[in-house]
Amino acid sequence: MTDPDRLLLIGYGHALRGDDGVGAAVVRALRDAPITAVAFDGDGTELMTLWQDRSRVVVIDASQGGGTPGAVLRFDATAAPLPAGLMRHSSHQFGLAEAIEMARALDQLPSHLIVYAVEGKTFQLGDALSAPIEAALPQLSQQALQDLTV
Amino acid sequence: MTKAPAKPKTASRRIKVDALSRVEGEGALDLHIKDGAIQDLKFRIFEPPRFFEALLQGRMFHEAPDITARICGICPIAYLLGASQAMEDALGITVAGPLRDLRRLIYCGEWIESHVLHAAMLHAPDFLGLDDALQIAKANPDLVKKALRLKKLGNTILEIVGGRAVHPVNLKVGGFYKLPDVTALKALIPELEWGIEAARELALAFSAFDFPDFTYDYTCVSLKHADEYAIHEGRIVSSDGLDIAVQQFLDHFGEEHVEHSNALHGVAKTGEPYLVGPLARYNNNFAQLSASAQSLAKDIGLGATCTNPFQSILVRMVETLYACEEALRLIKGYEQPDASCIVAKAKSGEGHGCTEAPRGICYHTYRLDAKGLIEKATIMPPTSQNQKQIEADLKGVVERNMDLADEALKWRCEQTIRNYDPCISCATHFLKLTVQRD
Repeated sequence: MTDPDRLLLIGYGHALRGDDGVGAAVVRALRDAPITAVAFDGDGTELMTLWQDRSRVVVIDASQGGGTPGAVLRFDATAAPLPAGLMRHSSHQFGLAEAIEMARALDQLPSHLIVYAVEGKTFQLGDALSAPIEAALPQLSQQALQDLTV
Repeated sequence: MTKAPAKPKTASRRIKVDALSRVEGEGALDLHIKDGAIQDLKFRIFEPPRFFEALLQGRMFHEAPDITARICGICPIAYLLGASQAMEDALGITVAGPLRDLRRLIYCGEWIESHVLHAAMLHAPDFLGLDDALQIAKANPDLVKKALRLKKLGNTILEIVGGRAVHPVNLKVGGFYKLPDVTALKALIPELEWGIEAARELALAFSAFDFPDFTYDYTCVSLKHADEYAIHEGRIVSSDGLDIAVQQFLDHFGEEHVEHSNALHGVAKTGEPYLVGPLARYNNNFAQLSASAQSLAKDIGLGATCTNPFQSILVRMVETLYACEEALRLIKGYEQPDASCIVAKAKSGEGHGCTEAPRGICYHTYRLDAKGLIEKATIMPPTSQNQKQIEADLKGVVERNMDLADEALKWRCEQTIRNYDPCISCATHFLKLTVQRD
């Protein structure tokens, strides 16, 4: 079995902003799995530091793409950049897509990087996860675990 | 930058930047030029106000540091410490010895992370004709790797002393909730030694930039301390000879509302704009920089004073080197005290605090009732104080660059604003640019 330290799940987003907390929810669901799982809502430039020395990395983030709430898209970020404008990001910080491209330019991408974008419904401060996101959680967690432990 | 053919003197131009990028917060610039003269120039901050000073009323004195820290995610230490010092002033407490050293240490961390983020990732692209840091990463990956590692070092200091890098949770009125782990602190020594060299290398790289020819006879306002390059304590001085205690700040400086900005404009009681930030500190306190910081300044072409705001990127790197050295000195000399804080007891009173945020002096004052509840709060963040000076700089820069085509002029104006590393979220928040030429 691969060293759990080398397998990293990052739940990216603000746990207190409704469906932006989907990543943190998956991290909670997989806390006993043989992987390293962290919830993260800081500056995107820190992501590179987080995934340094990891072999397989999965990032889960909420998206606001106008799709059906709860719909899950899977991207192989080692193969190609993420589609522009999909992820929710701040105007004055590095977002996930920018951080991935920065890491690519600096040759700091892990050898496997999978990104799940989960279409959110509500992003209000203080809201709980919406029902479609709650419903998507079990399968999403299993898929993420599978990506890390194949 | 290539110059466009000179515009006829009668041309009318209107240049708008509707949302400034690579600054913290939401702001804009409107510029209207008629017959080769500036008709109107407004640096607008339209970030909605957040009413922090009002929401502090009725809260306990010990809540102010953590509440005001939420004003800014880049420079929370300026708020945590400014508020704490103001409360300590009101309550008659003095924080000295190792606790004072820890405060200076965590402030060094904030200077390092904030200065490097701005200089390398946000400001450097302006000088390279690049749109963002990603372009620099492609053009010069080693430089960006070095900058990110140095920024990370600043964040790590915040984590070890403050509990976490963004919005640290370990600072309080009277000191700290918990003393930092000494082993973790000492483990930073090799990285800080690397940091000193890295700051020097970045400064040397930036010194090769082509700096626009512009100087201003600034009134520089900063802290000054008898024994050290002022970071977190001192008297307030100006290059015009003002030398006052922090408690007298509002006798000499005030705020005024202007229609085009949601952030109050800082203004000296004389009505003149003034400058706060790295350039002001450097000009007022150069003699107190370490020998190696002074030597770096010389190597990158700076004298004992610097009046070209575009060179602020160099001054930031000199201060970064100094902050690494200071952090190293403080960690090497650190001995764990017996208590993590001085216990603060509520009483009525008024207090003032002021520290050097990366962007300049950040002033706090509070009035407390006998139970320690806040009756009145006033906070003057550095970007509010710099707004009037930013407009004055922009006027000077536009007058000297009237011949540039609109896109080039717009670029130069944005660069001028970014000289200030403006934190619009602090001032309220910041930026869009509009140039109209009639």
